[in-house]
Amino acid sequence: MRVVVDLTKCEGYAQCAFLAPEAFRMVGDEALMFDPSPPDELREKVLRAAAACPVQALQVDFADLPPHSQGESTAWHGEGRLGQDGRVVIVGASLAGLKAAEQLRAEGFPGSITMIGDEPEEPYDRPPLSKQVQTGWAHSADTTLPRRREIDADWKLGVAATALDLDRKTVTLADGQEVGFDRLLISTGVRARPWHVPEEAALDGVFTIRTRADATGLRERLMSKPSRVLVIGSGFTGSEMASVCVELGIPVLVAEAGPAPLAGALGGVIGRIAGGIMREHGVDLRTNTMVTSLQGEDGKLRRALLSDGTTVDVDVAVVALGGIRNVEWLESSRLAVGVWGVACDAGCRAFDANGLVTDDVFVAGDVARQPQPMFGYQFLAMEHWGNSVSQAEVAAHNMISGESDRWPHLEVSAFWSLQFGNNIKSVGVPVIADQVAITQGSVQKRQFVAAYGYKGRIVGAVSWNQGKWLDFYEQQIEQAAPFPPPYDMTNPPEDPTPVAAEFPERTYPGREATVMVTGHDPSERRATLVRNARRR
Amino acid sequence: MTEPSLYDQVLDYENRANPWPLYEKLRSQPVWQEADGTFVVSTYREALALQHDPRVSSDPANLLPEFAAIRPPGEGDGTATGFIRTDPPRHDVLRRMAMRQFGPPHRPDFVDSFTPTLQTIVAKLIDKLADRQQADIVDDVAYPLPVAAICRMLGVPPEDEPTFSAWVEPIVNSLGNPTPEQLQERTHAIQAMANYMFELAQRRRAEPGDDMISGYVTDDGPDGRLEGADLFGTLVLLLIAGHETTVNLITNGWLTLQRHPEVLQRLRTEPAFVIRLVEELLRYEPPVHILPFRTPTNDIEIGGTTIRKGHPVAIMLASGNRDPHCIPHADRFDPDRVGNVHLSFASGVHYCFGAPLARLEAQVALVELAKRLENPHLVADPPPYRPSPVLRGPIHLPITYDRVSPR
Repeated sequence: MRVVVDLTKCEGYAQCAFLAPEAFRMVGDEALMFDPSPPDELREKVLRAAAACPVQALQVDFADLPPHSQGESTAWHGEGRLGQDGRVVIVGASLAGLKAAEQLRAEGFPGSITMIGDEPEEPYDRPPLSKQVQTGWAHSADTTLPRRREIDADWKLGVAATALDLDRKTVTLADGQEVGFDRLLISTGVRARPWHVPEEAALDGVFTIRTRADATGLRERLMSKPSRVLVIGSGFTGSEMASVCVELGIPVLVAEAGPAPLAGALGGVIGRIAGGIMREHGVDLRTNTMVTSLQGEDGKLRRALLSDGTTVDVDVAVVALGGIRNVEWLESSRLAVGVWGVACDAGCRAFDANGLVTDDVFVAGDVARQPQPMFGYQFLAMEHWGNSVSQAEVAAHNMISGESDRWPHLEVSAFWSLQFGNNIKSVGVPVIADQVAITQGSVQKRQFVAAYGYKGRIVGAVSWNQGKWLDFYEQQIEQAAPFPPPYDMTNPPEDPTPVAAEFPERTYPGREATVMVTGHDPSERRATLVRNARRR
Repeated sequence: MTEPSLYDQVLDYENRANPWPLYEKLRSQPVWQEADGTFVVSTYREALALQHDPRVSSDPANLLPEFAAIRPPGEGDGTATGFIRTDPPRHDVLRRMAMRQFGPPHRPDFVDSFTPTLQTIVAKLIDKLADRQQADIVDDVAYPLPVAAICRMLGVPPEDEPTFSAWVEPIVNSLGNPTPEQLQERTHAIQAMANYMFELAQRRRAEPGDDMISGYVTDDGPDGRLEGADLFGTLVLLLIAGHETTVNLITNGWLTLQRHPEVLQRLRTEPAFVIRLVEELLRYEPPVHILPFRTPTNDIEIGGTTIRKGHPVAIMLASGNRDPHCIPHADRFDPDRVGNVHLSFASGVHYCFGAPLARLEAQVALVELAKRLENPHLVADPPPYRPSPVLRGPIHLPITYDRVSPR
């Protein structure tokens, strides 16, 4: 059977780990690892675990859902709803694409759904690829996402979309096919940013980690006991990979161009705490250090030159420098497309290059860039699991609903990371903060919550092994409550004084911040009317 | 004398069998302030939010002096409260040490490995009903099951179980509004049990087994060892909290099944259905109705009201479970419900320690009862209830049946 846990929702109550210990495992007090494909003989236990989850974060195949949930769909009527002969095309067959298709069917959409994906596999879950797949608890092939309902889609897998024609309402595929649509969802996501020197990137032993194939290759290599692994970049993926190497007993060197790990996402103050933990675990962490070149012999990676002047022998390099948004296929589409993704409104409707909102083209997931009312309507680009799901649901609902029934996407962003036995969770948008303050617990014990403030308002929070309190901070963020928090809390920290959060300057989309505040228009300062050929 | 408030009426024993209409009225306003200064929170969203609010304390020391005398309804004298009346970081350390011998991450298989034992205990309890045609679900099944289970888990030898159960009874009986005699019995029982546990702990230290007490006295985790009052407080807490609640879960569960014969019939033919069924029973007829005695460390604005620092706050879990603004068709008993996010085990850091065990005990007991009792009927509906509005459930649940099917 297939299982996925929404770890954004998970608060670490461990009910699944009690009731199906073979399939769910707690790491420390509140971090959860799960087997995405537990054997069928565990079915009863896994169902027990799923039912018991206090926040209902655990999803299993639809075969295990109660019978009537398949037919719970709302009656199909209403002004403006897409009908029986409606055609929805979803480009990007990953988490967001699948969740959108499920939402369409959950709402009773009777028309056709076409799922287009450049990878040959059905939608699979990526977070385990840098965690339990690398430590060997799960196989990368087992990460296929469970189906929450029958979606009855026409699958076109292993073939990328290459162009979008808004006038003719068609998507062109790499094999020359044209697929017509009434509504289009763009959920093409992000790919790993490769090492910037192609010859060096091609060396045997140099990996990125984004796809199942990446994960399989890297896992095999780690199993062959490399003498040392070089991790380039210490955002979440890089840090998690360093943690995996420590767990596997492989010496690991982390080269971070910035002042601290996770600094892009959580700022330098919190990043230094992460760096301290890394070093405690024996990681050779070099901050403010770039990799200047990767050198090989006979096509195999042998050593790396660092900007601190040292040369290190390495067999494996994991390039963890963030992602590139998959938007090239949209270049001639006249949509508002740039390095930060495809801009859309709060209802996930894409903007065209002139800032006009389209009616039939929607965007969801890592490739979307959306204004967030909580943060001054700035456009945010988020690479978060929970964001993909919630945007997909909003986009799917809106694409088949009339104007009076559209939903806004207002969810507060949230993410998690599991590294060195620590469960790190965050809500809000720390990257826009100017200050940070420890609000609860003890940094020294690695059990604390920190709040982020911007101009005296709380905008984000991060917890280390204290995730059960984050609901509170989420509400504070929604209400733009004062920062620093002006009240006594239980478990007060030693020093609650706010300090500068130390976020790096916004530079390029490869610094592994998983939320980017892109401003209203990050790449264009000119206004150029992009003319519609037909209307000219 | 003013009219009794809605909360007073909830506490009034007259309304024990059916507090639901009162809860509905309570929810017309998320937060009420009682004449004695207590705040009552009855809506789902607010009840949930307060349990995740770091400004809400479980430590009675944070109550203002004028409330020190107010005992929460249905609470005992507070002698053995373990970690439930503490805040982090102390709470987290005590709970982690207690958890080390009970569940993940240190002993992930422990509770699951008890499933066959629970099945055997239940089967034997139901065997005993075979030579008659009437039984009391409370005395014959729902009460003895958790006592037997906790004895096995703690490592109380089988020959001592009857003695041990005899001490549990007066402790549990004193949870309502105890009479002076009950309090005295309780004191004796606690003293006797403390002596027994102390002696048992000594024995286990010398000859450890794989039970929890052996773990507590021999296996030190990173937080150190539970000792003295902390150990005894934790053991008594596990005993009481894991006990009265499970009795109510099983008894309320059986009562609800008898009231919904089609669901009972389905359980007979489809035993795996019990998994979702128990979750819905938890929501619909929770064993614990109120979280009494939390208190804010600061004034908190919530639900259009300000909850005052140091005042007692009663969080109405059972009412939140039926809040139609957050739970679809909340008043309907629907075991096929999807996304059942009830409050019955509380939420946040004080989430019920024994929840997985309670779930398994209820699942095992209800399936066996459904399978083996032929043509069961309630003798009285509603049945007589226990006094407590907090730990709410029938004191007895007499039933009749034609016969008991063999195992």
